Amino acid sequence: MYIYDKYDQQIVDERVAQFRDQTARYLEGKITDEQFLPLRLQNGLYVQRLAPMLRIAVPYGLLSSRQLRKIAELSRDYDKGYVHVSTRQNFQFNWPSLEDVPEILAGLASVQMHAIQTSGNCIRNTTTDQYAGVAADELEDPRPWCELIRQWSTLHPEFAFLPRKFKIAVCASAEDRAAIHVHDIGLEVLHNAEGETGFRVLVGGGLGRTPIIGEEICPFLEKEHLLTYLEAILRVYNQHGRRDNKFKARIKILVKAMGPDAFREAVEKEWQALKNGPTTLTAEEIARAQSFFTAPDYVTADADAAAAELQSQCENDPIFANWVKRNTREHRVAGYRIVNVSLKATGYPPGDITDQQLEIVADLADRYSFGEARNSHEQNMVLADVRQDQLLELWQELQKSGMATPNLGYLTDVICCPGGDYCSLANAKSIPVAEAIQTRFDDMDYVYDLGPLDLNISGCMNACGHHHVGHIGVLGVDKKGQEFYQVSLGGHQGKDASIGKILGPSFKQEDMAMVIEKLIHTFVDLRQGDETFLDTYRRVGIDPFKERVYA
Amino acid sequence: MPKLIRDGAIVEDADNTEVLDLETWLGCDDRTSRAVVLEPGETLEPLFAHIGELPLVLVNFPTFTDGRGFSYGRELRERGYTGELRAVGAFIRDQLTYLGRCGFNAFQMDDESQLEEALASLKDFNEYYQASIDQPLPLFRRRA
Repeated sequence: MYIYDKYDQQIVDERVAQFRDQTARYLEGKITDEQFLPLRLQNGLYVQRLAPMLRIAVPYGLLSSRQLRKIAELSRDYDKGYVHVSTRQNFQFNWPSLEDVPEILAGLASVQMHAIQTSGNCIRNTTTDQYAGVAADELEDPRPWCELIRQWSTLHPEFAFLPRKFKIAVCASAEDRAAIHVHDIGLEVLHNAEGETGFRVLVGGGLGRTPIIGEEICPFLEKEHLLTYLEAILRVYNQHGRRDNKFKARIKILVKAMGPDAFREAVEKEWQALKNGPTTLTAEEIARAQSFFTAPDYVTADADAAAAELQSQCENDPIFANWVKRNTREHRVAGYRIVNVSLKATGYPPGDITDQQLEIVADLADRYSFGEARNSHEQNMVLADVRQDQLLELWQELQKSGMATPNLGYLTDVICCPGGDYCSLANAKSIPVAEAIQTRFDDMDYVYDLGPLDLNISGCMNACGHHHVGHIGVLGVDKKGQEFYQVSLGGHQGKDASIGKILGPSFKQEDMAMVIEKLIHTFVDLRQGDETFLDTYRRVGIDPFKERVYA
Repeated sequence: MPKLIRDGAIVEDADNTEVLDLETWLGCDDRTSRAVVLEPGETLEPLFAHIGELPLVLVNFPTFTDGRGFSYGRELRERGYTGELRAVGAFIRDQLTYLGRCGFNAFQMDDESQLEEALASLKDFNEYYQASIDQPLPLFRRRA
C-alpha cells in the first residue's frame, strides 16, 4: 500500500495543526457557525441528530493492520467503541465530541490517516474495486491511479469551494465493482491496441435527488494527461455549475443542461491551457505510484494439492463449505482466495464494526493476508490475499467473532445508510427496516435460491445507501412528519448500470418486510430457469410486481 | 486609508486607482490606468486579450463559499498577468493559503481588525501536492 514520505506526513500534520487552531477559534467565538461549517466538513465533521459524526478517509478502502488498531483505539477512547463502514469505503465515528476532534485527527496522522475532504463541497475520497490488485478479471491495478488522484485532489487550492460535492471512482476490471457510472467522474482503465494504458472518462453520473447515468466525454485519455484533464473538468464545473440551488448544483445537472457535446468542448478548451503543463504525469511518477502496489510474496503453492485439501475440508464441514462458496472469491494467483469479512449479521446495523472486531480483523490480516484489509462500498471488509490452506483457520476465527455471515451478494447483505437513528438529514430510519427484512428472510437456503440480489436502503434522497442502484431500492420519505418508504425496482451498479424505477405509493415501516416478501414471491413465480431478480425484472417489467404489492 | 495585506505584510493602501466593472473597463479608453473588479459568473475570455493593460485586478467574493474566484486567479496568472491580484469581499482568513496558491497577492478583508491575526493563515501549509501559481511544479516533480 502507499507509504507516506516526509512530504505526505508534513501535509497531514499541517492540516491537523490548522484544524486545531480553527476549532479553538470556533470555541472562542472567533469564527461563526456559518464560517466554521465548511471548515469542519472538509475535515469530516458533521453535526448529527444526537452528536457530531466524524468521517475518516480510507483512500480507496485500503487499510493496514496498524491503521485498523488505531481506529479501534480511537473509537474506544473518543467514541462508543464501534464505527461504521460507509458506501465510500470510509469509516464513520458516530459519537465524538467536537473538542476531541483535533486529537482524533492527530491520532490518525500518526498512522498516515486523515479525514481530509470526506465531506463538504470539494473532491471526496476516490473509490475503486475492493478486489483491486487481486481480482481475476482485472486489466491492471487501479490503485496507483487512485493514489495519484488522491494526491492531486488533496487540499487542491482551486477546488475547495465547488458548487457541490464531487466524487471520482476508478474501475479496471471486466465487472464494474466501483459503480463508475453513477459518479461525478467515472474512470475506466483501458489498454489501447499498443497496450498503452488510458482512461475512458465518464462525467455527470450520480444518485441523490436526480439519479443519472454518466456520459462518456472521452473514449481514451492517455495516462499522462489524467490529472490535467481532471483539472479541466473541475474548472469548467467550478465556473459553470449552478450555485443558486443546492439540489441542482451537482455536475450531472450542468452536463445535462449543456449537453455532453458542449460540455466536452468546454473541457477541451480549458484543457488546452493545461495540457502538457507541469501537472502532466511523468513516467517516473507513474512508476513510483505503481511501486507501492506490487504483489506481496505469494507462496507458490501446489495448487492441485491445496485444492484437494480444501475440497476434503469442505466435505467434512458443510457450514465451512457454504461460507467458502458464498463469501470467498477467485484470486488471480493460484492457491489464494479473496475473503469477504461480513458486517451484515442480522441484528446489527449493516456495516457497523466494534473496536474488538477491528482488532480481530487486524490480527487476522497480519496472520493470513499480508497485514492489509479493505473496506468495500457494500459495507463489508475484505482480506484479499488468503492462502487456500488457511481458509479453515480463518473461517473459524471469523465465526467466533460474528463476521462470517454467509450472505455476500444475497438479499440479506443489505447496503444501508445510518439513517434517522443517527443522521440529521434523514427522513426516516433505515437500520430497523434492514433488520426487519433480514429477520423475515432467515432461511438461508431460500435466500441462496433467490440468487444474487442487491437490496439498498437510504434514509433520504441524498442516497448514501445507493437505493437507486439496488435491484430493490428503499428510500425513506417524509409524509407530513411521518416516516414512509418508497420502493424502486431494477436499479443496478455494474457496467450495464441502470436507475431503479419507482414502484408506486410509499409504505409504512411495519409493512416493509411484507412488501419485500411480496416482491420476492412475484419474482419466484415469474422466474424462468436460473434468472436473477434483475433478469426477471428486465424481462417482465414493473407491472406484475406492482399488481401483486398493491393488490 | 484602507488597510490590506499585500505580499505578506499589512499596508495602508494609498492607491486611488479607479475601479471599474469588467464591461465598463473593457469599453473604456484608458484601461491601463483603471483597475477592474471581477464578480462571480463573469466570462473572463474577453479580458485575456488585454492582460498586459491591467494595472490591478480585484476579485470579489460576495460569499466566502463561492469558489469561482479561485479559478479566476489561476486563469489570470496562467495567462501571464503579473500585477496585483486582490481578493475583496467576504472571504475568510482560513482561505488565505488557497487564495495565495491561486495567485492572489493582496487581501482586503471586510473586517480590518482581523488582518494581524489573518497573516498567520497565509502560512497554514508549507508543502503542497499540486502545481499552483506560487509553486509551479507539482510535488511529484520535486520529491527528493
